[in-house]
Amino acid sequence: MMEIPLFLRGIIVITEKNMRLYYTKPPVLMFGVLFPLFMFFAFFVGRKLDLITFFPAFLGMMLFFTASSVGPLITPWEKREKTYERLLSYPVTQDSIILGDVVAGAVFGLGISLLVWIVSRVFIPVAVMNAGWLFLAFILGTLSCAALGVLLAAPASNSPPNVMIFSNLIRFPLIFISGIFVPLSQMQGWGLALACCSPLTYLVDLFNAAMSGTSAFSPLVDCGVLIVVSAGFIYAARIIQKRNMMKGM
Amino acid sequence: MNALQVEHLVKRFGSITAVNDVSLTVRKGEIFGFLGPNGAGKTTTIRLLTGVLTPDTGTVRINGIDIHRHPLEAKMQMGVIPESSTVYGDLSAEQNLHLSGKMYGMGRALREKRIDELLSQMGLTEKRRSPVRDFSKGMKQRVSIACAIIHRPRLLFLDEPTSGLDVQSRRLVLETIRRMNEQGSTIFLTTHNIEEANTLCHTVCIINKGKIVAKDSPERLKKMFDTTQSVEVSFDRPVTRDLFVAEGIVRAEPCGDKWRLYTNNPDQVLKYLVGRAERESLGITSLTTSGPSLEEAFVQITGCS
Repeated sequence: MMEIPLFLRGIIVITEKNMRLYYTKPPVLMFGVLFPLFMFFAFFVGRKLDLITFFPAFLGMMLFFTASSVGPLITPWEKREKTYERLLSYPVTQDSIILGDVVAGAVFGLGISLLVWIVSRVFIPVAVMNAGWLFLAFILGTLSCAALGVLLAAPASNSPPNVMIFSNLIRFPLIFISGIFVPLSQMQGWGLALACCSPLTYLVDLFNAAMSGTSAFSPLVDCGVLIVVSAGFIYAARIIQKRNMMKGM
Repeated sequence: MNALQVEHLVKRFGSITAVNDVSLTVRKGEIFGFLGPNGAGKTTTIRLLTGVLTPDTGTVRINGIDIHRHPLEAKMQMGVIPESSTVYGDLSAEQNLHLSGKMYGMGRALREKRIDELLSQMGLTEKRRSPVRDFSKGMKQRVSIACAIIHRPRLLFLDEPTSGLDVQSRRLVLETIRRMNEQGSTIFLTTHNIEEANTLCHTVCIINKGKIVAKDSPERLKKMFDTTQSVEVSFDRPVTRDLFVAEGIVRAEPCGDKWRLYTNNPDQVLKYLVGRAERESLGITSLTTSGPSLEEAFVQITGCS
């Protein structure tokens, strides 16, 4: 019983440490903040697109990039600096390290996305049809994207650039198949089948449900998929990290 | 109850058995030295003991608590100083210590009191707010040690704590180890420095090729090899190795401006040296005999030379 408070404390301290150390690292700012903004300017600005219609997709993309940018950096950075070994010798487990990394990524994603949401509403008159779905989209979206970021770092080497490149190899294709640039309602056949495989699709769909009241899937399905995917990512990261522990550092 | 109880610990990496059926006990209040040549399995063993790595088989109990079943409770009892000075370079010494204290659940007031004490003890008060990345290796190691002892652990693991340090930092580290031990902490220390183990440790354990090959007090280990004693001699002008080809001299090694002669019969060697020096008009500038050394015991046990 003594272990539960210790476990929770470990998660909180690791989260705090990650926030202090990694939020301002150049790869996080570059791939988590600047990159989605550039993508927004490249695809949405200067074209005759209805920004209100595409706003949920933009918000989903922003949240996806920010929340999944912290996780891939932490483990390889700590392994390179050799602080990972010390971290493991503290009263924490690998589970608390994984969850601390997920929470740090989720808080970062949530903070930046909320900022973007607040600032954007000054310029774009976006309606909120269902505040509950919007709240859940922010929470479950940041959680699942942060969990993906941690999973991408799980097989990590001690080279942060390699892991960042690998994580972008996975993240980039996802934004093209997830109903961000082409709405789900216009997708057919293979395109739609691929979109259904991406967790980002369900996040964008949930934002659509919250803001426009229309969605391709039921918002309950979107929430369910995001919960299952988050748990799956964390579980997979746990298995890989456990295997790493058996193989050595 | 022992501070550390290890039973049948095995760790394999592919076809290599890094730790092969290691069992040992460390009594409470003891300074336990863990020696071995490079690649013998010291660091892997310490990683298994501190819960950083998972063993294939075997158990590790810290004050009776199985570290692989109850890692959090077991880790609360101990402090670890890993091989490299593993502290966060982006944080200051003070921030590193706060982080460490939080990990052990210390409240802010207690943390601040201990941090003031430790920074003063480690000679880092003036640099408390500077980023650790700007510190020398010795200063980083002092921060690392302070992080490991902030909660006054009952068992302290140190992996090569003085490796590559300047004299001042080395003395400070050894002094801290002694002080922690006097205050009741049990110390588990790996080192390459045999003299350090000889003067510091109550018990020495030697590992070679993943297996424990000897465990005893330094004096008893030395006595196992008391047939090997040495004579150190220096002359007023350089001499060659040929001078030491004589009955009773097992091996001759140059040591700076001296020669160390290993022998089973120091009396015979002393008489030979005095006679030879007189015949060749050599002035003897120093001549000392010494008993068996821990280093010699280590060399004999591990088969290294």
